[in-house]
Amino acid sequence: MEKLTFQFETNRIAGGERKQAIIGVVASGNLEVLIERTLPPSQCHIEIATAAHGFGPVWEAVLSDFIARRAAGGLKISINDGGARPDTVALRLAQGVRMIEEDS
Amino acid sequence: MSSWYEASARQRIEALSDPASFEEFIGPQDREISPHLSLFDLPVQFDDGIVVGRAKLAGKPLMIAAQEGRFMGGAVGEVHGAKLTGLLRAARKLGWPVLILFDTGGVRLQEANAGEMAIAEIMREIVLARSEGVAVIGLIGGRSGCFGGGGLIAGCCSALIISEQGRLSVTGPEVIETNRGAEEFDSKDRALVWRVTGGKHRYLIGAVDHFVEDSNDAFRQAAISALSRPARLDADVLAAEQKRLETRLSRFGALTEARDIWSALGLSRPEAIPSLAAQAFLAESAATRETADDAR
Repeated sequence: MEKLTFQFETNRIAGGERKQAIIGVVASGNLEVLIERTLPPSQCHIEIATAAHGFGPVWEAVLSDFIARRAAGGLKISINDGGARPDTVALRLAQGVRMIEEDS
Repeated sequence: MSSWYEASARQRIEALSDPASFEEFIGPQDREISPHLSLFDLPVQFDDGIVVGRAKLAGKPLMIAAQEGRFMGGAVGEVHGAKLTGLLRAARKLGWPVLILFDTGGVRLQEANAGEMAIAEIMREIVLARSEGVAVIGLIGGRSGCFGGGGLIAGCCSALIISEQGRLSVTGPEVIETNRGAEEFDSKDRALVWRVTGGKHRYLIGAVDHFVEDSNDAFRQAAISALSRPARLDADVLAAEQKRLETRLSRFGALTEARDIWSALGLSRPEAIPSLAAQAFLAESAATRETADDAR
């Protein structure tokens, strides 16, 4: 299992009031994304556990794109990956942020 | 109309319980993950493939457990099993009914000893709960079906609900084929798999109590109705169950094909059964099916 961590600064604060959201499932080509609103509003911390080793640069590209497009300030994001493709990762991250923006 | 088969464990709980009534115990934020999977360099899931908690159904409090059939085939590991055991204990203490949303291939082979013990503990808790009159209702209609230890747990429940997509057995088709060969059981013959383990057959031979179409709402309505069934397990119930199983064996024991059993039941068009829609199937089978009456 490869563990990766990324720390981002952002001025886009995550919307809504929900404390937590979870989306996806750990299955082949899929992943689960747990999002917790626990950080200072300017920070986003992302931890990944993946069975597919050696894809750090791809993760960094997908996550940088996610931070640029979505409001993720204040969120701690934990990912268990079952070998998902970058487009699936981007979709789950977007779904997770949308979920935490909903009314609780 | 949302499909139960397609839904995730969390979506099923959401669809089943009254709005905003579900409260999860040991949720993903607690990260109570499998202590075994890392030995095999396998990814974990934060809820270990089962969501447990309390909720209300039609205004009444109860406990709910939902297995996630897409994570390792919904298989039962140490933590997964312990969450269900604990939920059953709490339910017995409070006298609340329990709904188990099955979606499992059985025990997780990577933690087989812990998983097998968990199955035994769960079965004991169900028997204890039912001996005090607590209802434990199983709902079967997920992609992984209900096999292995899951089938044993289902056999202990006070009522079972199944859809056509649902499959219920102990030894699954792939396991039979692996051990006895494709001549004995061809696991790729999907029509055969469903004739033997599928929801319609299980309903016809009285292995389950309710047959529903594959929708969240149908499962919810059936769960409400199943809650009113008698749940107590005692010596009289066991004796009646034994007698009924003996009768079933003497009626169908010599038959080797599900269609022959349907014929023996008195269904006029056994060959048409697999293609009937839910309502037509229920109408066709109402007069002839074996009633469950607790027997599996």
